[in-house]
Amino acid sequence: MMILSGDPPRSRVLTLVLVLVILALVATPFLFPGAKALNVAAKICVFAALVASYDLLLGYTGSVSFAHTMFYGIGSYAIAIALYGMGPNWGAVATGIVVGLPLAALLALAIGLFSLRVAAIFFAMITLAVASAFQVLASQLSWLTGGEDGRSFQLPELLRPGTVLISKNLMGFEVNGRILTYYLVFAVSALMILALLRVVNSPFGRVLQAIRENRFRAEALGFRTVFHLTYANCIAALVAAGAGILNALWLRYAGPDTSLSFSIMLDILLMVVIGGMGTIYGAIIGATIFILAQNYLQSLMGVASKAASEAGLPLLPGLLHPDRWLLWLGLLFIASVYFFPTGVVGRLRNAGGDKSTGNSH
Amino acid sequence: MTELAAADPLPKPKRDIAPILLPIAVALVMIPLIGSPSTWLTLTAASLAMGMMIFIMASGLTLVFGLMDVLNFGHGAFIAVGAYVATLVLAPFAASLQADSLWTNLAVLAPAALLSMAVSGALGLIVERVLILPVYGQHLKQILMTTGGLIVAEQTLYAVWGPQIIPTPLPTSLRGSFILGDVAIAKYRVLATLIGLAVFIAIQLVLNRTKLGLLIRAGVENREMVEALGYRIRRLFLGVFMTGSALAGLGGVMWALYREQVHASMSDDLTVLIFIVVIIGGLGSIGGCFIGAILVAMIANYGGFLVPKLALVSNILLMVAILMWRPRGLYAVTSR
Repeated sequence: MMILSGDPPRSRVLTLVLVLVILALVATPFLFPGAKALNVAAKICVFAALVASYDLLLGYTGSVSFAHTMFYGIGSYAIAIALYGMGPNWGAVATGIVVGLPLAALLALAIGLFSLRVAAIFFAMITLAVASAFQVLASQLSWLTGGEDGRSFQLPELLRPGTVLISKNLMGFEVNGRILTYYLVFAVSALMILALLRVVNSPFGRVLQAIRENRFRAEALGFRTVFHLTYANCIAALVAAGAGILNALWLRYAGPDTSLSFSIMLDILLMVVIGGMGTIYGAIIGATIFILAQNYLQSLMGVASKAASEAGLPLLPGLLHPDRWLLWLGLLFIASVYFFPTGVVGRLRNAGGDKSTGNSH
Repeated sequence: MTELAAADPLPKPKRDIAPILLPIAVALVMIPLIGSPSTWLTLTAASLAMGMMIFIMASGLTLVFGLMDVLNFGHGAFIAVGAYVATLVLAPFAASLQADSLWTNLAVLAPAALLSMAVSGALGLIVERVLILPVYGQHLKQILMTTGGLIVAEQTLYAVWGPQIIPTPLPTSLRGSFILGDVAIAKYRVLATLIGLAVFIAIQLVLNRTKLGLLIRAGVENREMVEALGYRIRRLFLGVFMTGSALAGLGGVMWALYREQVHASMSDDLTVLIFIVVIIGGLGSIGGCFIGAILVAMIANYGGFLVPKLALVSNILLMVAILMWRPRGLYAVTSR
């Protein structure tokens, strides 16, 4: 179990579900034709990595940050601005990565060091304020970021949908640049999640959990909690920026709505809590459930809303309107904090009878 | 051993006046920067009015944290709910709002504000019982629960009222400005300042002159000790929470009239502003919250006039500067 860093899913059902999800993601380009399925699959990959990096903060250190989309946005914008300004070549992609990742890490360091100066309780509020300021900044520096419109750009030749790598008559289906991009997104996301799994199972990760359980005691044991927390923040910011880069590459676009908005932050929170905090695997489950619901539940709600309005029921059509799906997810969110705070993964692990290693907090 | 002479008065805590001088200093520094005194006066009046509205919205949040160590990320929901409930009264009586008589206008505005406060306060009761009671003492879960509550509240508002912006025009008698020489001060801002001052004085009187206030202040400083003395601090807290929610509702009505529109996501920007105010003031401190609100409003108004591009970023800079000076906010009340 080297690749999983000695931290297997620890539940048969969970293993099965994970294997199914991953197989489905691998086979999406061939099993489910059409742009929508591929878009959904790519989004699941990107968000699984993004949510896993957030889980490092929320689940493993217990600190709530509302600035995670800021790092995600930095990654998105870095690659978008580079490709927009320098033209569609690999040099621009490299520039975007080289500028975006360190920028995110530096900003995380700055926020970390600043929040150390103030009471720990302020952290969530300060990150919220900083993130909203960053959002305003991004929409106002329109010469750089394109303002509210964002930046659309072209990908390098190899990754464009028009590039046919394996023609249709050779294998029965066409492998083009779009599918190559999808596998790039999939592979990098998987690598980042495995890397995070490694981080949380290292001695460093154990210290983070110790800090989460009892910061004072961890400090008394001689760990420099300040250093550990800041370091965890930087790692999470790096992975988030990486996910942002992938997202921008996939969408060929970066804008405030797709990478910076506060609603994405809420989505991430929901995914972590639904999947299970402090498990990393929860990120994959949470992202899959959430994004599938986001894309397919809405049409279902549309049908229900129509039926309700035809039946002449009051209020229900409004409540079931597809745009209101967040309402139901919000209720689900509260319910899951209430009834199963360990999320889907924690539930499955505990149900497996393996109580000794089960996540219980 | 030294003996205290009987005539010695009790030692009094030192008055900390530096934070009080801060907004005054900021206002004075701005005079030469802005140049024209009449513009400065208008901006200062605007800052005071905006600051009072923000103070009304933020005061509940800071007390709730100070007393019970509860971080309420859903405080903004009460603001939006208050504003929407007010439209229930304001819309049907639009005709009397258009009448050019202060008393006719107020006869509609006052019940609208009272209804908003009642509904927000009642909502506060539900939120405290359902969302916060199960997660006392767990900050992480409090943040998650109240954030979830905010989503649900906001989406319900969308579902009931629809996504469109509802206009809430100012009543006729509150439109326009008082003109003093070449200084124009909007009438509504004067009213907002008066209400804000009244709320501030009322809170201060209750906190400093009544037994209830004594218990609240004692609870903020040391909750366990108050409990040990036999007071039911949970009930006290519920009262504070509902009052804070009602005040947020009142602030929502005032803000809606100030902006002359209501929108379900209006709470998002305000939440950030309120957090900044509460952090600057020091969690749990009403006086700090009051000064913080005025400072934030001053930065917004002066900053908006001098460097319009930096409107929201300047708030962050203000927060950073204040926390560098006093890491726990202007007045650190709690020992947490």
